Amino acid sequence: MSSRPYVRSMRKWWMTDPFFIVYMAREATAVFVAAYALVLLVGLVRLAQGATAWAGWLQGLKSPVSIAFHTLVLAAFVYHTWSWFRIMPKTMPPIFIAGRRLPPGAMTGAGLAAALAASAAVVLFAGVAR
Amino acid sequence: MGPRARKPKRMKRPWGPPMADAAAKMRTIEIEVLRYRPAEDSEPVLQTYTVPFTDDMSVLQGVQYIKDYLDGTLSFRWSCRMAICGSCGMMIDARPKLSCQTFLRDYYPRGLRIEALTHFPIERDLMVSVDGFVKKLESIKPYLIAKEPRSLAQGEYLQTPLELSRYEQYSSCINCMLCYSACPQYGLDPDFMGPGLLALLHRYNADSRDGGREERMPMVHAEEGVWSCTAVGYCSEVCPKGVDPANAVNQNKTQSALDYFLRFVLPRGQAK
Repeated sequence: MSSRPYVRSMRKWWMTDPFFIVYMAREATAVFVAAYALVLLVGLVRLAQGATAWAGWLQGLKSPVSIAFHTLVLAAFVYHTWSWFRIMPKTMPPIFIAGRRLPPGAMTGAGLAAALAASAAVVLFAGVAR
Repeated sequence: MGPRARKPKRMKRPWGPPMADAAAKMRTIEIEVLRYRPAEDSEPVLQTYTVPFTDDMSVLQGVQYIKDYLDGTLSFRWSCRMAICGSCGMMIDARPKLSCQTFLRDYYPRGLRIEALTHFPIERDLMVSVDGFVKKLESIKPYLIAKEPRSLAQGEYLQTPLELSRYEQYSSCINCMLCYSACPQYGLDPDFMGPGLLALLHRYNADSRDGGREERMPMVHAEEGVWSCTAVGYCSEVCPKGVDPANAVNQNKTQSALDYFLRFVLPRGQAK
């Protein structure tokens, strides 16, 4: 046994393996999810402030900057959703159906299908509300 | 043998070329080794060796060749050469792998770089310090704790295939620590119990014959327990035995949260 073991640095650890970069991308896209929650929260506050404030907020959403932001957030959301459901089977207790363990792919698929269904429902509701 | 017996065909060897061909196919590969000799080096240094190899040679055999023929001062651990003992783990081109299970041919012709398992202090060359791991291993009580005393006359413990399947994969762990080198949270905080040991802890908790859950759950609840995991999931990718530590750890986050919220109605696991 040596008296002075060498401890290696953890600097830039997330760049040492492609797997870590993918992980960091999953975590980083969560920031966009939080940012968009703030956008919606501001909308709620504006709604509470009255019709003019609400109309102003809606008008703001239509600006080119806002549309560019929404496109970016949508891309981040899609990636986050995919990566999140991909790790989901690792976070769940084993599910047995008729004595056979549900494969991870089925869990991921079910999650993605649920996300897709929820998005479709929102789009449909928005179309009807118009 | 009848009159129509044919001359026997020359037997082919389906498992590979004859030895003379193997010698002719001998190639050389460059192995870069991160060396650290505590008495001489202030920090690790890279040293390159040119090693002759055949298609069936593992990285471990390459390292053994270095030790036997090129540089007797190189230090590394190994024992079984068949992915059972868990001694020969190292970083091979920056990925944690068992060197007995990784082949030199897969790195030809570009060569490879090997280094001691990351996230552990280097003892010397390719050997890491396992003291912390072993101490934690003892603490999780990795053995069956019987629910109640049982006499021989009562016979064996019976278990259904379903009960077995709840823990079976976790019992394949060989303590090779590759998952620790795949876990950045362990690298950032060496107090973290880590993927392998939490999976082993779960192996016993999930066993229908075991009654030790109460004794182990405080380690799960602790900050150094499951809550230090951020679901990177690389531990399960690198496991050479098909164990899924990320699943064990994250299932126990649910267990730990349930113990916390249900602690008044269902006191168990000493959640605070």
